Amino acid sequence: MSMIRIPEADVTGWQCKTCGEPLVRKPVELKYLDSLFNVELPVCPACNMVLIPESLAMGKMRQVEQLLEDK
Amino acid sequence: MEQAELRHWERKCIQEESPRCTAACPLHVDVRTVCALLGQKRWDKAWATIAKTMPLPGVLARLCDAPCRDACVRSPLGGGIEMGALERFCAKHAAPVAPPRPLPSRGKAVAIIGGGMTGLCAAWEMARRGFDVTLHCQNPGGSLLDLPESQLPRDAFLREMENLATLGARIRTDVTIDSTLLDSLLETHDAVFIDSDAAPLSLTDLGQPDEITLGTLHTGLFASRAGETSPVMQAAAGRRAANSIERFTQGVSMVSGREQEGPCATRLYTNVEGVAPAPAIPAGTGYGEEQAHEEARRCLQCECMECVKNCEFLKHYKSYPKIYVRQVYNNESIVMGTRQANTMINSCMLCGLCETLCPEDFSMAEVCLEARRTMVRKGTMPQSAHEFALRDMAFANGDRSALARHAPGAETSEYLFFPGCQLTASAPDAVEAAYADLRQRIGSVGLMLRCCGAPAQWSGREALMDESVALLRSQWEELGRPKLIVACPTCLNILRDRLPDAEISSHWSILRALGVGGESVTSAPLAINDPCGARHNPALLEDVRALLDQLHIPTVEPKLTGATTECCGYGGLLAEANPELGTAAARRRAAAADEDFVTYCAMCRDMLAKTGKRAVHLYDLLFPVGGDPGARPSPGYSARRENRARLRERLLTELWRSTGDDASLPHESIEVRFTDEAARAMEERRILKTDIQKVLLQVRETGRCFHNSETGHSLASFRPTVVTYWVEFEETDGGYLVHNTWSHRMRIMGGQA
Repeated sequence: MSMIRIPEADVTGWQCKTCGEPLVRKPVELKYLDSLFNVELPVCPACNMVLIPESLAMGKMRQVEQLLEDK
Repeated sequence: MEQAELRHWERKCIQEESPRCTAACPLHVDVRTVCALLGQKRWDKAWATIAKTMPLPGVLARLCDAPCRDACVRSPLGGGIEMGALERFCAKHAAPVAPPRPLPSRGKAVAIIGGGMTGLCAAWEMARRGFDVTLHCQNPGGSLLDLPESQLPRDAFLREMENLATLGARIRTDVTIDSTLLDSLLETHDAVFIDSDAAPLSLTDLGQPDEITLGTLHTGLFASRAGETSPVMQAAAGRRAANSIERFTQGVSMVSGREQEGPCATRLYTNVEGVAPAPAIPAGTGYGEEQAHEEARRCLQCECMECVKNCEFLKHYKSYPKIYVRQVYNNESIVMGTRQANTMINSCMLCGLCETLCPEDFSMAEVCLEARRTMVRKGTMPQSAHEFALRDMAFANGDRSALARHAPGAETSEYLFFPGCQLTASAPDAVEAAYADLRQRIGSVGLMLRCCGAPAQWSGREALMDESVALLRSQWEELGRPKLIVACPTCLNILRDRLPDAEISSHWSILRALGVGGESVTSAPLAINDPCGARHNPALLEDVRALLDQLHIPTVEPKLTGATTECCGYGGLLAEANPELGTAAARRRAAAADEDFVTYCAMCRDMLAKTGKRAVHLYDLLFPVGGDPGARPSPGYSARRENRARLRERLLTELWRSTGDDASLPHESIEVRFTDEAARAMEERRILKTDIQKVLLQVRETGRCFHNSETGHSLASFRPTVVTYWVEFEETDGGYLVHNTWSHRMRIMGGQA
């Protein structure tokens, strides 16, 4: 998971509606079944709301989830 | 799974049993592989395969009397494979093969007396195993040398004698073969073997050697049984002697585990249905390349694979049950590391077809269901595998869908109609009509809307199953233990199993007895799709056919039908645990008939419909609600829930004149529509309308979301329990239009909902 890079195109145009801020890339902790991952993800710099794009959720994240479930 | 259970299951699967040819061959030559190679014109490789097993191959292959031919499965279909002629072709045309490399010396000396086929083969077999072998005879080859050159060319014989020498065997012709020699050999050697057909009579007067060990009354002295005329049986006697002497010199049991030596029985089953007869190619004076190729191609390459050929799941994992059960066993044994068979275990449809087809009744269903239960008990069952189905079961048994009542206005129930939660989800109007029909025709019929527990059963959740059945039982008892009328074949199986004290009939047998009539709704024949749940219920199979007959509907049967019907891909929760394979199984079943299907399981109906196959449920014919039932789409997952809830609501209002007793939840007031793309994503990703409404309610309450200035769409997430849902949407007048949705199970740390 630490090697994950989200292509720029997957998050183009999104900004935080509440804060009106463009998103920045920041390390975010993700947890599943006692495993913690540090992943750089698009985040609102003001309120820290994290965006998980479709490509990540249905791709690498799903793979890792299934791998962890089989551990 | 205990190791004994593993062995029990492994023994049941006969795929690895020898083909009949190899079993009949006293040397167990791999005839099937030889034929496969000859069928590819790989002459040298075929010969090497023969030579690997045969002693003195250049001699024996030319003389082999091929007992495999009469045992061949091809025998009634044009005649057994002419293996003798194929062996001779190989011996003549293929490149010579060097003798095998002998094992390291054992430091044990064996003397052989008599140099006929048996003695020579014994020498070959023992020399290759690392014995120090000396063959005593005056004329090596004996009567073999009398054979005509056309049958056994002298140079072929001499080449094998050279090979025997290369293996390390010595031949002594400068001795007088008599009892003095025998006595001295017994003194100086670890064991002695006599080729009884090539030794003087004075030495063979030892009584009949033991059939299994070829042992004689004299310890350390072994002898072949005299009078054997079959060359390959003579060779086998040489091998048997070698095996005995090996055991004797090692001091291990002389008899145990020797059942497979020599010609033996095999349990391998090969289905020859559809195999066209093909006459054997006459051997004449010997095959040329084309004839050998053609003859070898007649080989059926015997194997069982009865279950694998007929199951998408078993085929998908590219092996067969004997291997699968080993993988299941290994999967359970893993303490640290990846359990690679989890998905395989969760992909069995538990439909029982393999067990029905298997000549030895191997049941993958039993293996996989038990493995699932073990996984649940040990806490190793992947969380995501069955969660959606179990949530659906909880909904079907929850306040919004479940109901248990006497007939309107009645205080007691003689009968209780149990349509099953998937039928109410798929065809709620027909369920309503069916219930009305039952009340009208047989009087006091109560109604129970709930799930029988199949998802808990199939997912291996025994505690949940017990809990579900206990609740069902208490409701049934509260209603005065009425006779159950059950529409769904799976519910029927589960209820009969778990409510053994209840009197249970299928709705189909009741309808058959009451009679149904009317004009035929179709003149085109329909193909009957028996659900897997009906496999072991001959009465049900018959009732359904009788009903179709009463309806004057012409029917056809697919190849796999009745007791051997195929699962639609939903059984065992395959479609939930492994959706791609579930779809493949549904497609396979859909392709089993050109005609429209008629079935009596709601899941079969909907799984088939999802593939684009036209299919009707019997309810569509008996209780039509208009439209083209064959084209009725399968309701999506959200619609299935709504259908159940609305049916309950409507029945409560219209029949029992009571209002629904539950207020709607806050998120349900969110007006939401979906683009086609979003609707597809919801089905594929198992995301419900209510999940999306919960995300949107949160947006409405907090305003927190992302916005995309290019598309004008907004994006928000919410995690009701264990899954985070994302919804990409735009606001419309008073509601939302959803463009896309996705989910993940990982949690974002730091408080994001």
